[in-house]
Amino acid sequence: MQFDSFSDFIAMGGYGFYVWLSFGTCAAILLGILISSLNDKKRIFKAVADQLIREERIKKAKQEQNS
Amino acid sequence: MWKWLHPYAKAERAYQLCNTLLPYFTVVCVATMIIGWIWGLAYAPADYQQKDSYRIIFIHVPSAILSMGAYSSMAIAAIVALVWQIRNAELAVIAIAPVGACITAIALITGAAWGKPMWGAWWVWDARLTSELILLFLYLGVLSLYHAFEDKKAAGRAASILAIVGVINLPIIHYSVEWWNTLHQGATITKLDTKAIDPSMFWPLMVNIVAFAAFVGVVTLIRLKNEILQREKHRPWVRQLLTQE
Amino acid sequence: MIRTHSYWLLFCAVFNKDLKLAFRQRSEIINPILFFLIVISLFPLAIGPEPGLLARMAPGIIWVAALLSTMLGLDKLFRDDFNDGSLEQLMVTPYPLSLTVFAKVAAHWVVTGLPLVLMTPLFALLLNLESNALLATLFTLLLGTPLLSFIGAIGAGLTVGLQKGGILMSLLVLPLYIPVLIFATSAIDTSAMSLDYSGQLAILGAMLAIAIISAPIAISSALKVSVS
Repeated sequence: MQFDSFSDFIAMGGYGFYVWLSFGTCAAILLGILISSLNDKKRIFKAVADQLIREERIKKAKQEQNS
Repeated sequence: MWKWLHPYAKAERAYQLCNTLLPYFTVVCVATMIIGWIWGLAYAPADYQQKDSYRIIFIHVPSAILSMGAYSSMAIAAIVALVWQIRNAELAVIAIAPVGACITAIALITGAAWGKPMWGAWWVWDARLTSELILLFLYLGVLSLYHAFEDKKAAGRAASILAIVGVINLPIIHYSVEWWNTLHQGATITKLDTKAIDPSMFWPLMVNIVAFAAFVGVVTLIRLKNEILQREKHRPWVRQLLTQE
Repeated sequence: MIRTHSYWLLFCAVFNKDLKLAFRQRSEIINPILFFLIVISLFPLAIGPEPGLLARMAPGIIWVAALLSTMLGLDKLFRDDFNDGSLEQLMVTPYPLSLTVFAKVAAHWVVTGLPLVLMTPLFALLLNLESNALLATLFTLLLGTPLLSFIGAIGAGLTVGLQKGGILMSLLVLPLYIPVLIFATSAIDTSAMSLDYSGQLAILGAMLAIAIISAPIAISSALKVSVS
C-alpha cells in the first residue's frame, strides 16, 4: 500500500481531484454503456413477448369469430 | 481451412457463440478490472516527477489503445461484411461502434484531467489528444449514419463502408496530426516513454489494458446479441428462446 | 449486355451532361464562390484588419473556407440523379459505376473547385498574401480541391438516400478532410517563410493519387447501398 491513511488515499498527494475525476467519469461511462446494453436486451425481449401475446389474442379472436 | 467459421454466419449459431464466450469475458473483465484499479490506485508506487497524478495513465493509456483497437476490429468486421456479404459481421460493426465511442470519450476526458495538472490547461492541442478527438468524430459519424437510415439493412452496409473509409484515413490522419504537432510546438511532455517505465508500473498497466479489452469484448458481445435478436425477432428460434428464459 | 461505346465516350457523356446542367443553373457555380468570398471577408471583420495578422492567418482562412464551400455543392452531387431515377439507370448500364462516378466528381470539381483556384489572386489580395505564398496557395488549391471533391463524394454517396443528408454528410466528411487541411496550410506557411514546400505538395499529390484510385470504388459501393 502506497498510502498511510485513507484520507491520504483520497488526497492522492494533492492531485485527488484530477485522479478521482478521471476514474469517476471512466467508471460512470463504462457502467452507463453496460447498463444501457443490458436494458436494450430486456426491451427487445419484451417487444418479442408482446408480439407473441398479441398474436395469441388475434388467433383467439379469430377462433371465436369462426365458432 | 476457414470452413469451421461458416456455420457462424447463421444468426442462431452466432448468438450461441456469443453466449458461450460471454462468461469467460465477464470473468476476465471483472477480475482484471478490480485487480487493475486497486493495484493502480493504491499499490503502484508514485511517479517521482508527476507524483500521484500519473495514476490516470492506468485508465488513459488502456482506453486510448482500445479506442484504436476497437476501431480496427470494427473495420475488420466491416470488410468481412462487405466482401463476404455476411450479415452478422455488419451487426458486429454496429455492436462495436458505441463501445468504441465510449472508450474514446474516456481517453479524451482522462487525457484532459491529466493535462490540467501537467500542462496547466484542460485541453492542449497535443498530437495524441487531437487524433483521439478525430477518432471520436469518426465513431460518431459511423453511429449517426447508421441511425439515420430507416432500413437497417442498408444502414449496416453504409456504416461498414464508412468504417472502411475511416480506417484507410486513420493512419493518414494520425501521422498528419503528429507531424502538424511537431511543426507547431515542441513543448509537450512525452506522455509515456515505454522504455523508461518501471515494472512496478508496467504490470498494473498491462492488467488494466487486459481489463479494458475484456470490457470491450463483454459489451460488444451483449450488443451483438441484442442486434441479432432485434434483426431476427420474427424468427421461430428467437421465440423459442423467449419461452426458455 | 454489350458495351456499344468506349469507356472514354461514357466518361465524356456524363461529364458533359453534368457541366451542361451546372451552366444552365448558373447559381450552382456562382453560389459557392460567393460563399467563399463572404467567408473570407468575414475574417478581417472578426479579427481585425491588421495586415500582418491577416497574412499569418490567410492559409487557414482560405482553406477552411474552401472546405466549407465544397461542402455546399456536394449535397447536390448525386441528389438530382437519385431523385429522378437516372442514377438507377446508370447502375444497370454495362459500364462500371465507378467510371460514371469518376466523371461526375470530375465535373463537380470543375464547377466548384476550379473557380476557387482561378480566383486565388483575388483572395490573396484581400488577405495580404505575398507573391510566393500566392503561388503556393494556387498549387495547394489545385491539388487539394479535387481531393476534397473525391473524399466528399463518398459522404454524398452514403447520404444520398436520406431525407436530411446535408448536415450528416458534413459530419462524416469533415474529419476526413483534416490531412488535406494540415498539409495544404503548412505548404502555404512554409512558402511564406520562403522555404521549399515541394514536400507538402508531394504528399498532397500522393493523397490525390490514392483518392483517384480508391474513392470511385467507395463512392460506387456507397451509391449501391443508397439506391437498393
